[in-house]
Amino acid sequence: MKKISIDPITRLEGHGKIDIFLNDKGEVANAYFLVPELRGFEKFCEGRPVEELMVLTPRICGVCPTSHHLASAKAADAVYHCEIPSVAKKLRELMNSAYYVADHTTHFYALGGPDFVVGPDAPKAERNILGVIKKVGLEIGGKVIRQRAICHEVVSMLGGKYVHPSAATVGGMGKGLSEEERKRCEEIAKESIEFGKFSLKVFGDIVLSNKVYVDLVTSDTYTHKTYYMGLVDDKNKVNFYEGKVRVVDPDGKEFAKFDVKDYLNHIVEWVEPWTYLKFPYLKNVGWKGLVDGKESGVYRVAPLARLNASDGMATPLAQEEYERMYKTLGGRPVHFTLANHWARLVELLYAAERFLELTKDPEITDPNTRVIPTAKPDEGIGVVEAPRGTLIHHYQTDERGVTKKVNLIVATTNNHAAISMSIKKAAFGLIKAGQAVSDGILNMIEMAFRAYDPCFGCATHSLPGEMPMEIKIYDHNKKLVNIIRRD
Amino acid sequence: MTKPKLALYWAASCGGCEIAVLEIKEKILDVANVFDIVFWPCVMDFKYEDVEKLADKEIDLCLFNGAIRTSEHEHFAKLLRDKSKVLVAYGACACEGGIPGLANEFDRKSIFQRVYIETPSTYNPDKKFPQENYDMPEGKVHIPAFYDTVRSLKQTVLVEYFIPGCPPLEKTTWKALEAVIKGELPPVGSFLGAGDKTVCEECPRKKEEKKIKGFYRSHLKIPEPEKCLLEQGIICAGPATRSGCEGTCIKANLPCWGCYGPAQGVSDVGAKFMSALASVIDSDDEKEVAKILEGIVDPIGTFYRFALASSLLRRKKMSQEKKE
Repeated sequence: MKKISIDPITRLEGHGKIDIFLNDKGEVANAYFLVPELRGFEKFCEGRPVEELMVLTPRICGVCPTSHHLASAKAADAVYHCEIPSVAKKLRELMNSAYYVADHTTHFYALGGPDFVVGPDAPKAERNILGVIKKVGLEIGGKVIRQRAICHEVVSMLGGKYVHPSAATVGGMGKGLSEEERKRCEEIAKESIEFGKFSLKVFGDIVLSNKVYVDLVTSDTYTHKTYYMGLVDDKNKVNFYEGKVRVVDPDGKEFAKFDVKDYLNHIVEWVEPWTYLKFPYLKNVGWKGLVDGKESGVYRVAPLARLNASDGMATPLAQEEYERMYKTLGGRPVHFTLANHWARLVELLYAAERFLELTKDPEITDPNTRVIPTAKPDEGIGVVEAPRGTLIHHYQTDERGVTKKVNLIVATTNNHAAISMSIKKAAFGLIKAGQAVSDGILNMIEMAFRAYDPCFGCATHSLPGEMPMEIKIYDHNKKLVNIIRRD
Repeated sequence: MTKPKLALYWAASCGGCEIAVLEIKEKILDVANVFDIVFWPCVMDFKYEDVEKLADKEIDLCLFNGAIRTSEHEHFAKLLRDKSKVLVAYGACACEGGIPGLANEFDRKSIFQRVYIETPSTYNPDKKFPQENYDMPEGKVHIPAFYDTVRSLKQTVLVEYFIPGCPPLEKTTWKALEAVIKGELPPVGSFLGAGDKTVCEECPRKKEEKKIKGFYRSHLKIPEPEKCLLEQGIICAGPATRSGCEGTCIKANLPCWGCYGPAQGVSDVGAKFMSALASVIDSDDEKEVAKILEGIVDPIGTFYRFALASSLLRRKKMSQEKKE
């Protein structure tokens, strides 16, 4: 048995590692994805005033701090049985929509995009955001930088800063929008819609019009038939901020639809001794290990899963794109992991459209953005859709509102089992006995999990570049026989 | 002329510092022009082995973010120390331990117990915990050791400079990089890009007389917009916290949480914060004072929010771990 260690990998919080075992014929025997880090927020948030958890928990992830901030605020509101002013709800959703546009932009242009725009086996020095800019031109590069900056401006308007905003509190939002700020938001929202349309066109021109890419996206190596989860509104349309959690089975039939307060009846986390990250699965299907299919409780979250778990998008342009995607890929659900890139852009357009709707809401400049909670605090559960999936915060407090217990089901964690399976399947599909394991193969293995936009330990990866990798091949006597390195 | 070499690295962090570096937007191109970036796992494709191959002190400047939580973090802190002429702690976690440092109120065992056994969503009938070395059917796999305590970078290796903030704001990062680019570095041990006052001193709110009869938690009082939050009884870390952010959170009508760390010359932020709060309590009656202090429900979290690891607390526990 030979072991191939891909270590270190980056763009995970801290470090990730892949160990691939090859049998004596050089065929893949198994592949494991190991997450080597834990920080223990579930423990050290105990004893903290619950209104501070929306300050502490965003530090789980500086890439999606807005998502944690809002999931936390919703959980803390629930702890106090507090109905927040309608304008506060809209401001939170507005901030979240602008954040989504920025975050999905980052992933498409800087992380996932380079594999398609520059090519999966392009020289590695070019397979990054700089390569993308070189290929598509400086003007478009500038457009991407600008889009991120103007969306950051919106988050900062309400929360002081983009990373770790200080915007929400128990009972609402710290501040509202002035008419002048609202107008600025409206301009930014309009520009965001144009940018969303433009990005879908880029995707169409570069990926969909290239048969090689379409074959890659629809290949078995990158396919898993699983359950899908996402928040939906009362018409089963995708919603990022509120609604019910809907789960569909691998045939696309509704399997469950529940209020997040009942999440423990539906989601369970499995522990393995060789990694720090747990594996959530559907309680009412059961844990069958890292396998797909209807009998396995493994489910997926994030863009493609949200679209699969819904009946459509709540805004007109995004709905058109949703229909086009499913028509092209053979109907809902789509099981192709790489189709996440397309779904992400459909969502970007939805976020921009929803953002514009909110900026035009006559109530949005109402200055009464907060109420003081008066009920006795006890327990609350909050949920949002983070860009990387369903995010649940669950707090129990004493009568002073001081946290006794915290439980978190973090977006990417939901995808942990699926990501592990995707890496394994890519390794099985791409590493062949008697063939050298080339740099191109390493990148193709990377693509298997890059589609999920993973954020292990819920963190870092929203930046350009690719993973440095080193594969050490040992023989059965543990003698190092080869090192393959990607510079 | 060869360009000076720059390295960037993260340890126990949230990734926000990586985003914060990129918040300087198009100026990142200036940085790329001035420096030869030799290591930035988040953005560029250099590997650990490339770092190992460098001569000692070959890196001119290393920005290191994140706290030291695992054996892997410690290993890279030491490696980058050896390879760097100037090692900079970037962000609150590297400077003071940051939010992950709050875990020092607990230990490895209780964290594992909570995460892997007790959480209501966890099903772990065999009570399995992560193990550093594990025998798979096909062979051994390894993950790093999880330490009992969190340390800041300066508690692990010698650090030349500090850039504070959770995360450092755009202007802080750029001011610090500008100082390096222009060769205008202050004495070793200094903070870069931030101020040498307190957030309080730079706060635009009106201050009159700070005399209070009770503390309010931030969600239990809607503040008047122009008036000092502390004078309204809202707990605000401004008096103990280093300036440089220009009151970012205060402008959002919420208090300062203390992310820029201890103010200039303050070695223990909690002690400074406590003394600031004590001085505004409007009572000489012991019982009344005790009652007022009940308003502070989590003293450690309140006073040491971003700086528990580097504070004077729990040093005994840390030194015990070192001996093991």
